[in-house]
Amino acid sequence: MAFKQVSSPHAHAAQNTSQVMKLVLLATIPGLAALTWQFGWGSFINVVLASVTAVVCEAAIVKMRGRSISFYLGDYSAVVTAVLLGLALPPLAPWWVVVVGTVFSIVVAKQLYGGLGYNPFNPAMVGYVVLLISFPIQMTTWVAPLALLPVGAAHPGLIESLQIVFAGYSPADGVTGATPLDVFKHSSGLLVDQVYDREPLFNQAMFAGAGWEWVNLGFLLGGIILLSQRIFTWHGPVGMLGALALMSIIFWDSGSSSSPGSPLMHLFSGASMMGAFFILTDPVSSAVSNRGRLIFGALIGVLVYVIRAWGNYPDAVAFAVLLANFAAPFIDNYTLPRTYGHTDRRRATEKEED
Amino acid sequence: MSRTWVTPGGVHPPENKHQSVTLPIGQLPIPEKLVIPLSQHIGAPATPCVEIGQQVLKGQIIAQAVGMVSIPMHAPSSGTISAIEHRPIAHASGMLAPCIEITTDGADTWIEHQGISDYEHISPKKLLEIVGNAGISGMGGAGFPSAVKLNPGRQRPIDTLIVNATECEPYITADDSAIRERAGEIVEGIKILSAILDHPTNIMIGIEDNKPEAIAALAPHVEDSGISVVVFPTKYPSGGEKQLIYILTGKELPAGKLPADEGMVCINIGTTYAIKRAVTDGEPLISRVTTVTGDAVGTPRNYDTLIGTPVRHLLEHNQFDEQAGGRVVMGGPMMGFTLPSADVPIVKTTNCILAPSYAEIPDDEPAQPCIRCGMCAQACPVSLLPQQLFWYAQAEEHERLEAHNLFDCIECGACSYVCPSNIPLVQYYRAAKGDIRQAREEKVKSDHARDRFEFHKERIEQAEREKEAKRAARREATQQAKADHLAATANGSEVSSAAPTAPATPAGAVPSSSAADIIAAAQARAAAKQASPEDQRAKLERTIASAEQRLKMAEEKLTEAINDDSGKQDKLSAAVENTRQKLEQSKSKLAELAE
Repeated sequence: MAFKQVSSPHAHAAQNTSQVMKLVLLATIPGLAALTWQFGWGSFINVVLASVTAVVCEAAIVKMRGRSISFYLGDYSAVVTAVLLGLALPPLAPWWVVVVGTVFSIVVAKQLYGGLGYNPFNPAMVGYVVLLISFPIQMTTWVAPLALLPVGAAHPGLIESLQIVFAGYSPADGVTGATPLDVFKHSSGLLVDQVYDREPLFNQAMFAGAGWEWVNLGFLLGGIILLSQRIFTWHGPVGMLGALALMSIIFWDSGSSSSPGSPLMHLFSGASMMGAFFILTDPVSSAVSNRGRLIFGALIGVLVYVIRAWGNYPDAVAFAVLLANFAAPFIDNYTLPRTYGHTDRRRATEKEED
Repeated sequence: MSRTWVTPGGVHPPENKHQSVTLPIGQLPIPEKLVIPLSQHIGAPATPCVEIGQQVLKGQIIAQAVGMVSIPMHAPSSGTISAIEHRPIAHASGMLAPCIEITTDGADTWIEHQGISDYEHISPKKLLEIVGNAGISGMGGAGFPSAVKLNPGRQRPIDTLIVNATECEPYITADDSAIRERAGEIVEGIKILSAILDHPTNIMIGIEDNKPEAIAALAPHVEDSGISVVVFPTKYPSGGEKQLIYILTGKELPAGKLPADEGMVCINIGTTYAIKRAVTDGEPLISRVTTVTGDAVGTPRNYDTLIGTPVRHLLEHNQFDEQAGGRVVMGGPMMGFTLPSADVPIVKTTNCILAPSYAEIPDDEPAQPCIRCGMCAQACPVSLLPQQLFWYAQAEEHERLEAHNLFDCIECGACSYVCPSNIPLVQYYRAAKGDIRQAREEKVKSDHARDRFEFHKERIEQAEREKEAKRAARREATQQAKADHLAATANGSEVSSAAPTAPATPAGAVPSSSAADIIAAAQARAAAKQASPEDQRAKLERTIASAEQRLKMAEEKLTEAINDDSGKQDKLSAAVENTRQKLEQSKSKLAELAE
């Protein structure tokens, strides 16, 4: 009798990386549903188009690298990147915007760095930023939320949406509009209360801008599902949302005309919730320890607020995440947990004392 | 109910303990051959004290302990010694090690033995001797000789005795079933331990809450005994010594310290039973409870197994289906190691033989890339960052690995267990630890070699300096001798060479310090020479012998030169004369010395 030689542990938990990725995909459904409900079919088309592009790109690169296509596509990581990018892009953006962004995400930001697990930057956000800088007009044209559509009008249907995306048809008048963050960016001279009174985007909404609050609630729900499944810990999201809330409280300025907006508006507008639960939780490009992730999240929260309030862009999650990605290895060096039996945390850069 | 503390991390793998506790502890027929490895413990291997062909009785010592940290081995059954040679043992590398093989006679005849009933009145020293002579080593994990662990020759007294009944590995029920059936004897063993340790104030049995029957079995025996049974929630790896100490006391064992340094002793509950048998029954450790389980065996259960029983014997008596699974594990599914073959024997630390089916423990899937999800860090019971360790282990960055406390990893396997990418993390850590240890050893060696080289260089230089100093001194002495000679000629009288005071020095003039040094050195040399007349005589005799030799050769050359009529005669005759003078000088000195 000769037995198989295997090193311990012999038992393994059932979960694998593909399942983790699939769970993340499922958790985006509430957000995607809210986007589709509030802004029409655009986001759905983005997601599908980006996914197809991502799978094709990933397969091509993996083949070029001489690896097993089925094994590497089977981890679903390309689809996750694509779905997140698709959700972040403006609905009804031209097809080539989506394709260019996805190609950049998968080929440059992910595979050129060595594929899954080796990318220093969040691939979806790299794609997003490349698009934002290259095609600012397409990237800042948002569809108006359901509540703000002209009386009797509706979002274009699926066929019409496809025509807009692929054939360059122009959407009907009034279908596009500003986002809540745009409104605040250009509301100089008005008190916050006045903005809320006058702007239909706010007076048609509950607390943080028509449509957007629903989208953010959707992503919050998805995030809570992932948290409950222990896909990630609370540290990153809480760090970001906490820092964002804190910054907007500090600079709230009792709603004066120079106030950059209320904490609720910042938490539930733009890409706040999606960023907190789906973008900065990308483990590959974030800090690693719990404490590190808390700091990493807080850094993003602060950066988001700074760029929103005093920068040139209405939203800032993508920039903030990329900047924090740069800082992640540095954060890691100083946030090692304290190991059992040691009185102090150590630094990763510590040299052995001779 | 005592307070307990919660360790960070940990996992909850399926327990699979119920399968093997449906039946009581069983007995197997005595195997035909028993193979007893000489090293079943940490420390020096025992030395055989029997010969091939010798009859041995059950319980007879067959190998003696060597040195302080070692234990003797005993015959687990009666029979004949049939081999003393290298055999495959239960080791992950599949290596061979020295073993004694006994061909059993089936009679199972005990050697005469006697226990002590009133251990309370025996000195701890004597009790320790009994424990040591019984060949008891820790039966839970590493197999550290118990008598050494319990030895009171330490800095501080032991105030806490922790009995480890955690048995946190899935599948294993050896301790659980032993407690169910032998609670009374186990508690008696703990009382003996308490006596050995001079009655620690705090005696705790730590046990997970998944063993209610065992907890109930202990309850009546510990009443009013000062022993508390501390129950805590089941979580792997609570049974690690460091983890259990934290769970029960809230104290962390400082890195690099032993429990004894902190006034604690932590001992496996199976060992307490062995100690009881050794003290009150006089029986050495020759058997232990071993769980045989897994879907590839017919009836999972526990056996009271003789040490040295081949695993094959256990498997064959348990309808092992070789086709059902690919591996046989000694130990549990988290930290156990696969056996190379069924020929290896059960040793004192073998708590479980796990033969899982493919359905239970499938072959490993290929590893996917690490996405640094951090599930491993959440599972780590000692708060390491396994994902970073993995990264640096791949990159072989030893400094980073040490800064990330690689050597605090207890290799529990919790990180690999949860890893969604199926990365064999622990294997990377083991390899990295091995590499670092090797690098350290090599560094020590190279440091040593460098030191040696530098010392060598220094020594050569020093020898050179000494030679130079000698040469200088000799030069000085020659000059001195010349001066003496001149002075002697001038005075027309003999001047003792032993009185080298320079007559040329004007009265009242102070000799320069370097001259004084040289004079002092010359005096010292002269004194040294005079200190040993035997040496002096020997030296003179040697000088005379060599001078006679040279004189003879010189005379021959001179005769030759005269015959040849070459122009060297003058020179040679001067040389002969010179040599003859020296020879006479030496002879007269020798005569002087003889007086």
